Amino acid sequence: MIADAGLTIAVPRGALFGETLDRLDALGVNTQEVRANDRKLVFPDVGIVTMRPSDVPTYVEHGAADIGITGKDVLLEQAHRRVYELLDLGFGYCRMVVAARAGDDPLGEPLRRRGLVRIATKYPRIASDYFTSTGRQAEIVEVKGSVEIAPLIGLTDAIVDLTATGTTLAENNLVEVEQIAEATARLIANPVSHKLKAREIDQVVARMRAPVA
Amino acid sequence: MIHPLPPGTRDVLPDEARELRLVTDRLRGVLEQHGYGEVQTPALEYEDVLRRGDERAAGAAFRLFDDQGRVLVLRADGTIPTARLVANRFADAPVPLRLFYLSHAYRAVERGAAQSREFLQAGLELIGAPAPEGDAEVVTVVLEALAAAGLRRHRIGLGDASIYPLLLAQAGVPDAERATLLDHLERRDLPALEADVHRLGLSPATHDMLLAPASLRGGPEVLERATGPLAVAVENLRRIHQLVAERSGAEADRLIFDLGLVREMSYYTGTVFEVYDPAVGYALGGGGRYDDLCGRFGRALPACGLALDVQRVHMAQLEEERLA
Repeated sequence: MIADAGLTIAVPRGALFGETLDRLDALGVNTQEVRANDRKLVFPDVGIVTMRPSDVPTYVEHGAADIGITGKDVLLEQAHRRVYELLDLGFGYCRMVVAARAGDDPLGEPLRRRGLVRIATKYPRIASDYFTSTGRQAEIVEVKGSVEIAPLIGLTDAIVDLTATGTTLAENNLVEVEQIAEATARLIANPVSHKLKAREIDQVVARMRAPVA
Repeated sequence: MIHPLPPGTRDVLPDEARELRLVTDRLRGVLEQHGYGEVQTPALEYEDVLRRGDERAAGAAFRLFDDQGRVLVLRADGTIPTARLVANRFADAPVPLRLFYLSHAYRAVERGAAQSREFLQAGLELIGAPAPEGDAEVVTVVLEALAAAGLRRHRIGLGDASIYPLLLAQAGVPDAERATLLDHLERRDLPALEADVHRLGLSPATHDMLLAPASLRGGPEVLERATGPLAVAVENLRRIHQLVAERSGAEADRLIFDLGLVREMSYYTGTVFEVYDPAVGYALGGGGRYDDLCGRFGRALPACGLALDVQRVHMAQLEEERLA
């Protein structure tokens, strides 16, 4: 259904990995070798390449993979990527939120007294667009790793981050202040492949859309 | 010491220049054979002049002031300057006018997106020929030019910029919502399109009518699958297919009808084109029909055209060479 149809799919490692492979199993793709192997990244026999979720739009945009699966959070952050979004796969639900140390008014206080709020995030575009669209000045500090520590040690007033259960936030004494967006896994396609391999891609969409038996 | 270049620009060395030259010579050869005459327009024009053509397109990425304080822009495409040239220099000339250009255009790029700020375009404009004959001629000439340039697997996608606005009007979608739905369609964000169409609470038939174009694409059989108001809207595409088949037989199999195709330039009024090759992940070029554009410069004429990105055509040609 993938390799035999001449397609290559970019599969995200990490939180979406298992469910993505389950969905591919349901299409009749043999994912055993992919599951058994965390170092190997390219599986040409089954048309699968694995990568971090944030790289999926890049590979698909350039046509190195025809289709791919990644989170809506990644797509929102990389809104400039020219990829088609074909299907909401429904799994991997999480939310993009603003979180801060518990207190009376964690955003209002800095806005009132300094005129801006400082935000640490791995999602600078989402954070910046969100604060701009809500009419508040924000200074965005991009970090790569555990963003939760930023407000704890005084780097920023708050964070913008993805949360599934809220456990990590709670463990770091942070509370959700505002919700920015909800995110689930999406099936995306390269615009040229979407035309040149229309039938093959439509078959994948139809099979993935149907409820898994 | 290394002297940096702005991102999205590059030097071309003799090997590549020779190969690019071969591509452009072959494209030029076919265009001239079909009676297209080469024109050159300046890279710099007055912003307020180009803005007549299209607000968005003339919002060029690069602006500067001349010694009189007037705002100049680097052209972002070849079509608007050509429409301007037609009004200036061919005000009374008999139509159709067949013109082409080989020139650089300039656009803004996203960081890390491997796009070009400066890119060489080979574009043709057929001015004064209405649909569908004009569209069919442009398609036929481009198919021939690409074959001459050494491509074997190229395809042309055809859509119609008037289809979706027509469907939105038919469905009685409020004006305020139309731009949002068109934007979802242009980016082919199907979950968002579905959600927003669903939210409008339309009848099931209307609901399906607004979603169908987003995935209706393929050979001429796609046009047969169009029903209701969509069937009328695709009549022009059907005629183009017939005319291309009459002119160049099996070459018509290279056409992909794509009812959801929307191009970013807002001056398109009818058919829109995109050129594809499996060797390249991006469209090799695009264009469409712009029946209102020339009129904005003072000579109202139906027109259509298509521009190829020469570097991408070269990439596709190299891949054919490798496969041969």
